[in-house]
Amino acid sequence: MSDASTATATSATSEPAPALAAMPRAGWHVATVVATRQETAKAARLELDVDGWPGNAAGQHLDLRLTAPDGYTVTRSYSIASSGPGTRVVLAVDKLPDGEVSPFLVDEVRVGDRLEVHGPLGAFFVWRPVDRGAVRAAGDGAGGAASALRARPVQLIAGGSGIVPLFAMATAHAEARDLTPFRMLYSVRTPDDLFFAEELMALAAASDVFRLDLVYTRRTPDGWPNLAGRVTRAALAAAVLPATERPIVYVCGSTGFVERVASWLIELGHDARDIRTERFGGI
Amino acid sequence: MQHVDGNAIAGPLAEFFAFDVTTAVARCNGCGSVAELARAMVYTSPAGSVLRCASCEQVLATLVESDDRAWIGFSGVSAIEVRRR
Ligand SMILES: Cc1cc2nc3c(=O)[nH]c(=O)nc-3n(C[C@H](O)[C@H](O)[C@H](O)COP(=O)(O)OP(=O)(O)OC[C@H]3O[C@@H](n4cnc5c(N)ncnc54)[C@H](O)[C@@H]3O)c2cc1C
Ligand SMILES: [Zn+2]
Repeated sequence: MSDASTATATSATSEPAPALAAMPRAGWHVATVVATRQETAKAARLELDVDGWPGNAAGQHLDLRLTAPDGYTVTRSYSIASSGPGTRVVLAVDKLPDGEVSPFLVDEVRVGDRLEVHGPLGAFFVWRPVDRGAVRAAGDGAGGAASALRARPVQLIAGGSGIVPLFAMATAHAEARDLTPFRMLYSVRTPDDLFFAEELMALAAASDVFRLDLVYTRRTPDGWPNLAGRVTRAALAAAVLPATERPIVYVCGSTGFVERVASWLIELGHDARDIRTERFGGI
Repeated sequence: MQHVDGNAIAGPLAEFFAFDVTTAVARCNGCGSVAELARAMVYTSPAGSVLRCASCEQVLATLVESDDRAWIGFSGVSAIEVRRR
């Protein structure tokens, strides 16, 4: 199988995931739903207040466990759309009509409901703002390796609900006033299927260093310059930062989307070590 | 169900290890490739989860859980490197 996570390198990734001490220990917590809103016709945004939550980095996820009265449990993973200290976390859940958990989260959950969550999880699919003080210090020397790594631009590529952890990264980038070039390619079915539409437009409008490219796969807005259709290799090549700029690339969405995109990125010259993927499952 | 990334079993593994094992770098016994477990492929079924090497698809690790115990195997991993800092 050709796969972008294919790694035959003999050393660890060029920008390693945070070390042990840097991440808070994950645990099970009771979360209270403090706000819900419709995100799209088939998706909901949930804001949770999580008792004992230690905060989380942009890109992390949590596991959510539901228990039926007879003791039957189901657990599913959900990316966190928010980051930083504090006990509030935001999720956005897409409803799969034949799914076990997502229809419950989208249609049934009410403010005041309690849910069990395990997290924060995953230190690998994470982006952290640049500590500008540290970069200046490291960059003073001729071989400022840390600053060279830290200065690498970031390309985010989302398919559908795969936007959730990437939205957390884009928000963290803006809140930190980080000057690292950030680009996002976001593929959705129709203009009505955009998650975080207002927030993303506002981020793109407010920033010189964040750029948003949208691809509509089924229906475009009126007057849109491109036809509706899936991301193609050519469209990907045109929208993403070129391999020569050595971006770190985060790709998130359904397994099929992620694999298609990741294999094209490799063909376009990106190093597998520079590509981080989060497959949500499905096709 | 399609496979997901190794990253997705950070939760189940966090129940048993004191650190996030998915960020540890593991060497595959089958092809010798070295990568974070987060880059492996995870196949989950009601019986448990299987982690396969993204390069050669060999089984790296298995996780089977019941109510009162868990079985964790690292049959396809010859070494794991853990970053201290
Ligand atoms: C690390 C991680 C983070 C995730 N973050 C999010 C998130 O932020 N928001 C979100 O909505 N989902 C997210 N998911 C997917 C989520 O965990 C569930 O798989 C999804 O909500 C479906 O669960 P379900 O119980 O409703 O469906 P199930 O009962 O598990 O499955 C029903 C049917 O849908 C198919 N299916 C399962 N998952 C998907 C999928 N993702 N896309 C298309 N078809 C699928 C199955 O093959 C099956 O046929 C994430 C997954 C992972 C591994
Ligand atoms: Zn292998």
